Amino acid sequence: MSFIEVKNLVKQYGTGEAAVAAVNGISFTVEPGEFVAVMGPSGAGKSTLLSVMGAMNAPTKGRYAVDGIDVYSLRPEQGADFRREFLGFVFQGFHLVDYLTVLENVMLPLAVSPGARQEKDARAKEALAWVGLADKASRLPGEISGGEKERAAIARAIVNEPPLLLADEPTGSLDSSTGRDVMELILRLNRQGTTVLMVTHSSECAGYAARRLLVRDGRLAADETDAGDAEVPKDLPVGLAAAGGGQSIG
Amino acid sequence: MTLAKIAIRNLMRRKAKAGFLLLGLVIGVATATAVFSMVEAMTMDINHKLEKYGANILVLPRAESLGLSYGGLSLGGVPFDVEEIREQDLVRIDAIPNAANVAAVGPITLGVVPVAGRRLLLAGVDFAAAGILKPWWHLDGDFPGADGVLLGAEAAGTLDLGTGDSLTVAGRQLRVSGILSPTGSQDDELLFTRLSTAQQILNKPGKVSMVEVAALCTACPVEEMVRQIAEVLPNARVSAIQQVVKGRMETLAQFGRLSYGISAVVLMIGALVVLVTMMGNVRERTEEIGIFRALGFRSSHVLKIVLMEAAAVSAMAGILGYAAGIGATHFAVRLLSGGHPVAVSIRPEMAGAAIALAVILGLCASLYPAVTAARLDPNEALRTL
Ligand SMILES: Nc1ncnc2c1ncn2[C@@H]1O[C@H](COP(=O)(O)OP(=O)(O)OP(=O)(O)O)[C@@H](O)[C@H]1O
Ligand SMILES: [Mg+2]
Repeated sequence: MSFIEVKNLVKQYGTGEAAVAAVNGISFTVEPGEFVAVMGPSGAGKSTLLSVMGAMNAPTKGRYAVDGIDVYSLRPEQGADFRREFLGFVFQGFHLVDYLTVLENVMLPLAVSPGARQEKDARAKEALAWVGLADKASRLPGEISGGEKERAAIARAIVNEPPLLLADEPTGSLDSSTGRDVMELILRLNRQGTTVLMVTHSSECAGYAARRLLVRDGRLAADETDAGDAEVPKDLPVGLAAAGGGQSIG
Repeated sequence: MTLAKIAIRNLMRRKAKAGFLLLGLVIGVATATAVFSMVEAMTMDINHKLEKYGANILVLPRAESLGLSYGGLSLGGVPFDVEEIREQDLVRIDAIPNAANVAAVGPITLGVVPVAGRRLLLAGVDFAAAGILKPWWHLDGDFPGADGVLLGAEAAGTLDLGTGDSLTVAGRQLRVSGILSPTGSQDDELLFTRLSTAQQILNKPGKVSMVEVAALCTACPVEEMVRQIAEVLPNARVSAIQQVVKGRMETLAQFGRLSYGISAVVLMIGALVVLVTMMGNVRERTEEIGIFRALGFRSSHVLKIVLMEAAAVSAMAGILGYAAGIGATHFAVRLLSGGHPVAVSIRPEMAGAAIALAVILGLCASLYPAVTAARLDPNEALRTL
């Protein structure tokens, strides 16, 4: 059994004549620790696929299972719990809550999990430090840069130490240099064992992934995997290139 | 980071919205509080006046009529003589269990007397008790002595007499010691003398025609006192004067019903303001709610956040509304009572009720917006932005 199982997935929007199959029969599996980039032209159904995998968008047909859990057979509340415990989300638009500080944003997923306040506080601070934002903890999202927002969003996505990170164009609104910083963070996370599925338009970003899925018209057009670590970009800092990176967030 | 903290942070950020929400409820709660405490203050004021002034128990002779019936067949009543009350028996009233609540006992001996070719009503009263029993009396002159008489305003006019003049009542010469200012009651037509003088003139020594009793107490057991007096004066008919009280209470009750109706409407409008504002709030926060849901908040968590915000604002509105309502009552009662001070009570249970009312109303009005928020599809919520 694979970690992620996507089988004959169909997601249709609308009904009858106006029906659009954004995802039209996609099947693949992902093993634990993989770093997968999802590529394809605009409107191909990448975001739709990701939202289905994010347990937020019930498919019209097909099966989606993570760690043996048939996600869409869960009751709505368990679906929420699944998102909290299994998934980390990084959205293109950051989606930080603007009236909460950076630290409070990072603590959001912990707000509804059990545990002592101090422990949650410590975990959020640790996650912030991990993305290099320890000094911006008490700023509001409006007071930090785009790259910092993306890093805050990553810190929030990983604060619960989810086994699967889903990212939809995490560098889409960043310049190439800040985008690279963010990609390095994601790569580092992957090296520490987190399975990553990332939608991207940029082939540079896709280069960080060891496997690339090409989606076209809601179908899987290609599925290619690199051999070993050879494709990791050369400008990756030495410390990060070493497997595991010697760092841990938990 | 807790749900409560999120709720409070959001309120703090949207101060104008929260303020508007607050205002809607404050107006409603203030109105309800004002109306409620106003009616309460006025009721207490009336009760207070009733206790303080005038008789509220009347003792009359019993005109006995024994009903004779057998097997449902009435054989008619047999009337007996009216047995007048003896003055000496009245001391027994001072010995009833609730004697401490008796403020004044005023015996009255009544009779018709010829004066200057007219027939007028003469009342012998205890002028010492009159101060309590007839607080509306204002007289020009003095209370009469043994050979004096106090004239009602109308009687004085009819007889064309003034203070210091003399008149003959049933052959007895009396000096007018004073004249009552018009009271608008039957008192205006009467001649008043001391009890003993009237008893002599009317030839009813030691007899009284009726007794007025003023009971003095808050929530006085008037009925109980009536029973006790009836026990010590078995030959008399004792009753509570309730018409006046009832009349006034009826007016007040009508005022109360109207006011409660108005405050219910105002509260409804307040609830509507909450509903609309909260609904707008939820729509505005679509993205944020989508984020919460995507991060693993359950629908019930979102519901809780919205309801906590509503509860916090409502509780505050309850406190402010209560304070504003009490303030308005002080002001309104002073206007309505024509300047004389009326106590407006500030009771913690009333404040608690106001807060509870605000919270219940706020929560009920926020239920629909909260459910709407909880049902938001996170995928849609995040997509639209
Ligand atoms: N909620 C929806 N209702 C109706 N149609 C939708 C909905 N979401 C997506 N679609 C349609 O489904 C198709 C795939 O959309 P999707 O957002 O998945 O594309 P994408 O590959 O992410 O594109 P992009 O690269 O531009 O982000 C598009 O034609 C889109 O218009
Ligand atoms: Mg997309």
